[in-house]
Amino acid sequence: MKKDILKHKLVPDHTILSDTEAKKVVKNLKVHPEQLPKIKADDPVAKAIEAKPGDILQITRKSHTAGKFVTYRLVLE
Amino acid sequence: MKGILKKISQIDFGLMSPENIRKMSVTKIVTPDTYDEDGYPIEAGLMDPRLGVIDPGLRCRSCGSKGGDCQGHFGHINLARPVIHVGFADTIHKILRSTCKDCGHVLLTESEKVDYKEKIETLIKNEESITGIIKEIYAVARRDKCPSCGEEQEDVKIDKPVSIVEGNYKLTASEVRERLEAIPQEDYIYIGINYEVAKPEWMVLTVLPVPPVTVRPSITLETGERSEDDLTHKLVDILRINQRLKENMEAGAPQLIVEDLWELLQYHVTTYFDNEASGVPPARHRSGRPLKTLAQRLKGKEGRFRSNLSGKRVNFSARTVISPDPNISINEVGVPEMIATEVTVPVFVTEWNIEKMKEYIMNGPNKHPGANYVIRPDDRKIRVYDETKETVIEKLEPGFVVERHLMDGDVVLFNRQPSLHRMSMMAHEVKVLPYKTFRLNLCVCPPYNADFDGDEMNMHVFQTEESRAEAKSLMRVQEHILSPRFGGPIIGGIHDHISGAYLLTREGSIFSEEDVFQMVKRARMPLPKPTGEDWTGKQVFSLLLPNDLNMVYRAEICRKCDECLKLECKNDAYVVIEDGQIKSGAMDEKAYGAFSGKILDSIVKEYGTDKAREFLDTSTKLAIAGIMKRGFTTSTADEEIPKEAKDRIEQLLANAEQKVEQLIDAYHNEELEALPGRSLRETLEMKIMQVLGEARDKSGEIAESYFGMENHAVIMALTGARGSMLNLTQIAACVGQQSVRGGRIERGYSKRTLPHFYEGEMGAKASGFVHSSYKKGLDPLEFFFHAMGGREGLVDTAIRTAQSGYMQRRLVNALQDLNVQLDGTVRDNRGVIIQTQYGEDGIDPAKSDYGKVADIDRMIEEMRIKSKAGK
Ligand SMILES: [Mg+2]
Ligand SMILES: [Zn+2]
Ligand SMILES: [Zn+2]
Ligand SMILES: [Zn+2]
Repeated sequence: MKKDILKHKLVPDHTILSDTEAKKVVKNLKVHPEQLPKIKADDPVAKAIEAKPGDILQITRKSHTAGKFVTYRLVLE
Repeated sequence: MKGILKKISQIDFGLMSPENIRKMSVTKIVTPDTYDEDGYPIEAGLMDPRLGVIDPGLRCRSCGSKGGDCQGHFGHINLARPVIHVGFADTIHKILRSTCKDCGHVLLTESEKVDYKEKIETLIKNEESITGIIKEIYAVARRDKCPSCGEEQEDVKIDKPVSIVEGNYKLTASEVRERLEAIPQEDYIYIGINYEVAKPEWMVLTVLPVPPVTVRPSITLETGERSEDDLTHKLVDILRINQRLKENMEAGAPQLIVEDLWELLQYHVTTYFDNEASGVPPARHRSGRPLKTLAQRLKGKEGRFRSNLSGKRVNFSARTVISPDPNISINEVGVPEMIATEVTVPVFVTEWNIEKMKEYIMNGPNKHPGANYVIRPDDRKIRVYDETKETVIEKLEPGFVVERHLMDGDVVLFNRQPSLHRMSMMAHEVKVLPYKTFRLNLCVCPPYNADFDGDEMNMHVFQTEESRAEAKSLMRVQEHILSPRFGGPIIGGIHDHISGAYLLTREGSIFSEEDVFQMVKRARMPLPKPTGEDWTGKQVFSLLLPNDLNMVYRAEICRKCDECLKLECKNDAYVVIEDGQIKSGAMDEKAYGAFSGKILDSIVKEYGTDKAREFLDTSTKLAIAGIMKRGFTTSTADEEIPKEAKDRIEQLLANAEQKVEQLIDAYHNEELEALPGRSLRETLEMKIMQVLGEARDKSGEIAESYFGMENHAVIMALTGARGSMLNLTQIAACVGQQSVRGGRIERGYSKRTLPHFYEGEMGAKASGFVHSSYKKGLDPLEFFFHAMGGREGLVDTAIRTAQSGYMQRRLVNALQDLNVQLDGTVRDNRGVIIQTQYGEDGIDPAKSDYGKVADIDRMIEEMRIKSKAGK
């Protein structure tokens, strides 16, 4: 039996950013993509949303302090 | 400053080959003598000038740079016979045990080899550790017969530290080396050796590197005698034996003598590396002191790592015992004159301060505001002596630097170990005081976790204007009243400050105007207008509060009644402050105590740190003045209860103990019903614990009902000044159940705790229930159980501190380079983002409201009072 892990309540929302969105994020944070937090391409969530190495994921999760929190991860092989 | 960042792609750990050692050597060392009769170093001796120079006047014969710039050069000693390197003895043993004595192959079958090779290669490719699998191979490859050539294997043992014994024959180092040489290169991988950087036979030394003189400098004593470093001594020993061994071998001396000398050479080389190796008597100096050789230089608390790299000694610092001074500000520290005349502040001389500087120099190095050194523009440092001070003054001109004594108002860093949080190091202003201890205001005890039972603290004097400015704005005590740990005050009133404020402000506390003015004067507050009438304590304390302060809160003394009577509270625990006037409620820990002072918290957040410091300085003084007007003491008389109360407690405990007996009977008669998920025995234990716990609580309540607010011990417990109600009831009523490992005491003799009981006895008394109170005294059996519980507590705290210390160390090491950038992101020193927003909400917890962005309820309540007061 295979379950959709993206629907699990402990898995936060991951979205692949488009090229323009990714460029904007990198520009706003004033970072080189390599300086972003990482996620492996074989991470179960990365696989489920079919992220490829080099993609930047936007992760929106619940936060104890801020309620909702947005962060980014660079996909690595 | 921005450094150049380079990424380390790889570090190779390998062994040095004999060729390598010879290649990096500038000279062969042969003679054990160091200096000739004229005191010149002997060529090819241990002090050979080619090994580098230390004297700044000389040039190095090897590299041509001046002494100080030359970092020294290695030499080498050719050993007459090979010796085993102690550090590798264990590895050599393991390798010999798992390789064939005849053909040198690893004792693995072909299929095992293929299997392991593949496993190891994938681990290396994934950059994972191979230690686990190598260990497994060492275990598997311990065979009686070589799978490659069929040779029978003998058991190889190690006789610590360096003797390898096969069967009953002790292998010589040469034989060991031959065995290691015989291992084919394609088998290195199974014994964990990378053939690119190491060969197993290099673990047996044939040539020994001689460290440069800069590593082992000789020191000249006052007598003019030269004293050599321990390493040099050891190398002399090695050279001497090496030479004798060579001569004997060349002369064809008997095998026995050669072997003895060889053994001796092995001993000296072993202790040269590690003089604390197990199984070897340490080599000693003539005085009997064990020599400090290579391993001892690095190892342990006094070793290079822990004492020179992780921690260093510094100048311009002082350490002494601390004692309290309630009269100085929280921002200040009292510095003994003796220290103030020793540590100095550098002052740049200008035409505007030159006269002042001359005055300091005139006072000399021993009279207080004096000076110890003058630094000329050419960086020459001149010591000021009473005899020379006049000439120093004559030569003084702008551009010089005067190192003057520490004076009132100088900013210093004050610290108490263990430095667990940032409040462990704060900037204080100096106040030079007589006697020999550092003095500090009692309010700063909580952040430093200091008391005065012999604690010592350190002080560091800033040496630049930049550091002073930075410390003053970031590290000053008043900037740390609020802790980033919980967003509330960590600096605040303690002990008598709390009791004093309560005595001053409790309901019905009235003072004559004369008393009020005495107290106000003592607290160095501005004098209020006389009214000609008596004052309430609340009015006196209100003098300190800002005129527009409005707040409501429940005081520490609140008994958490089911329905709060608010303004009509009979404990006076409902505090209402309207426009800076206390309308109801008494001041206690919740007012301005460290950790929970609400008024203090509000003043820091609403009026700033200057105002908060002033409030804390004066309110604590006022509280002390108040406590001295009323008088305050405590003794065991405070825990006295009437006979009738004692009888009631006695009856209660007797009933409980009887109930325990009934439970035990029920258990024996199998009438007890097991609780869900518990065995019968566990059920019994739980029920007994519950009955006895309740009995203790009830007895406490009985005692408490006789305690009133006129009792000083009770005041301290309820206001949060010191001690707890539990402490008091244990003294007055009943100490209660003692526990070891979270349960009643069961250990001791077989089937009983002490020989005074029957086997299998489970009653209250037999398992550590202390029926007596501390005041009445414990009987011998109770005393023993109490000691058992007490011991467990001590052991637990000792273990906990050790564990949490190590955890803290690891956490700090992981986090030390992270910082919050101006854009709110948290990054490490490579600019890698850790959090896109600090703490995910970008809030500084020190400026938050007990961790929350804002306490809405509190704000609404304050608005309500404000509008009411406005009407
Ligand atoms: Mg202490
Ligand atoms: Zn040199
Ligand atoms: Zn073999
Ligand atoms: Zn109340």
